[in-house]
Amino acid sequence: MFKWKTDEFSWVDFTIDVLRVLIVLGVVVGAWNTLSSGRITLAQWVNLFAAGLSQGSIYALIALGYTLVYGILLMINFAHGEVFMAGAFSTVFLAEAFNRTGFLNDQPLLAIPLMIMFAGLVSMTVAILLERVAYRPLRGSPRLVPLITAIGASFFLQYTFRGLYGSGFKAYPQVKILQGAISLGGINIPIVQIFVFFSALALMLCLYWLVERTRIGKAMRAVSENKEVARLMGIDIDFVIMFTFGVGGFLAGSAGVINGVFRPQGVNFFMGFIPGIKAFTAAVLGGIGNIPGAMLGGLFLGVIEAIGPNLVLAGLGIPGANQLKDVIAFTMLVLVLIFRPQGILGERLSEKKA
Amino acid sequence: MALLEVKDIHTYYGNIHALKGVSFEVDSGEIIALIGSNGAGKTTTLRTISGLMAPREGSVTYDGEEISRMRADLLVSKGISMVPEGRGVFAKLTVEENLDMGAYIRRDGAIKDDLKSAYSLFPRLEERRKQFAGTLSGGEQQMLAIARALMSKPRLLLLDEPSMGLAPVLVDGVFETVQRIASEGVTILLVEQNAHMALQIADRGYVLQSGEVAISDTAANLQQNETVQKTYLGID
Repeated sequence: MFKWKTDEFSWVDFTIDVLRVLIVLGVVVGAWNTLSSGRITLAQWVNLFAAGLSQGSIYALIALGYTLVYGILLMINFAHGEVFMAGAFSTVFLAEAFNRTGFLNDQPLLAIPLMIMFAGLVSMTVAILLERVAYRPLRGSPRLVPLITAIGASFFLQYTFRGLYGSGFKAYPQVKILQGAISLGGINIPIVQIFVFFSALALMLCLYWLVERTRIGKAMRAVSENKEVARLMGIDIDFVIMFTFGVGGFLAGSAGVINGVFRPQGVNFFMGFIPGIKAFTAAVLGGIGNIPGAMLGGLFLGVIEAIGPNLVLAGLGIPGANQLKDVIAFTMLVLVLIFRPQGILGERLSEKKA
Repeated sequence: MALLEVKDIHTYYGNIHALKGVSFEVDSGEIIALIGSNGAGKTTTLRTISGLMAPREGSVTYDGEEISRMRADLLVSKGISMVPEGRGVFAKLTVEENLDMGAYIRRDGAIKDDLKSAYSLFPRLEERRKQFAGTLSGGEQQMLAIARALMSKPRLLLLDEPSMGLAPVLVDGVFETVQRIASEGVTILLVEQNAHMALQIADRGYVLQSGEVAISDTAANLQQNETVQKTYLGID
């Protein structure tokens, strides 16, 4: 019968319960200490929250790629971080060219969407090739096999792009109209954060429309539910899978440009690794395979990362709390996997299979 | 010439020899019943015709064309549509989206009209068009699966156990619907464990036994056949 119904004592359950209590205690004590010390003002909290939302919306865009592919193939595309890198890295050169000619600052509302399109198309191509070359031949093999392939593909992409563009760091040029901040009731919010959040939101709305309203979107959902019946409807499964990789790739590439505008530094061949894992965490957090879950998970992770270190870790007296955002992110991943493996919006696997 | 001609097909699940040389024909406009007990190879036969499985030997000819190695999704545009075993509705798509998927291969403007005629055939579906298909009852799901298969405007409709798991009242309704579809000129190949009902509406029937055709005759004769009566109709 079900494990939780037995009365037998289990060390695993006991440890997990203790862990649960300790975590809640830690969060409460840390937050209490911070709030009662009043070290951080309300305006600063709002600023942290806004920064978290922008960062989170970038995670969300990347996380959608993981979730779309998982929804359709039950496979984690661990090379997705590199798909993100491909678009971001390639577009640096376009951005530099736009900057040199002055186009970037003369017509930013034209230049930035063009950059987003370009990065999206680059990443889309990479994602489609990845599917075609590395994953499709292995379809139907045990689930571990494509996972290992993904790691191989990930290194292959990193070093291919290193070969193409070199190993040095590049930076996106500054966009003038995105500098500065606007003041809302005494709280200054950087314009770039507003730009990041709303452009990511616009892309997510486009995705939502695509999946919910269009013929190919319905086919994607049909394929993710039952491939065999989808074939009986005349749906070309291979095309739909390729299309799904393409859409995920496009979102990752556009996230690359948005990220480049948000944090100009640090564009190089290895840049996809951390955002890739963070976005994977976000996808798991929201419930992998679930599209609104990935969006929510991304935003949630971004906010937790921004607020968590200051609120909890600093309150517990941990030094250099601000540099420990990654600890928060990956602790979240572990906690979700222990306490709610299906994620925030995910359904239990047993229900899904029924 | 027959619309569908199945000739000596051998289909395997891995090493399991499921079909051992099945042959039969379906003429245009007929209702053909394939009956047999569990594991006789009825479903495998349909899956082989619809392209979900490929036979190792033998041929399937549809409208004069060899199709046994063709992909399932391409066969739909040739006019073969299948209602799979267990209905196979997309639970997380709405009723109307399921019907849209049935018309996936079509680009013509008549889809809206066909949606209307699907709803007039099954008014229950229209009431529930915005509901997720997973929330429908078994009978409604069967209606949806049939209506969806018709949305591709098939010439040949393959039905796998349409009465399975339905209350007896609903079973009559399903078979009436099948007859109505046939009267509109759709050729029907029906796989059933409910041999009694299947033979009542069919023109001809084939009895499958351990992967082979054991008896083939007109439906009326099969109903009188002693072996069929004993084994499949429960008449002593």
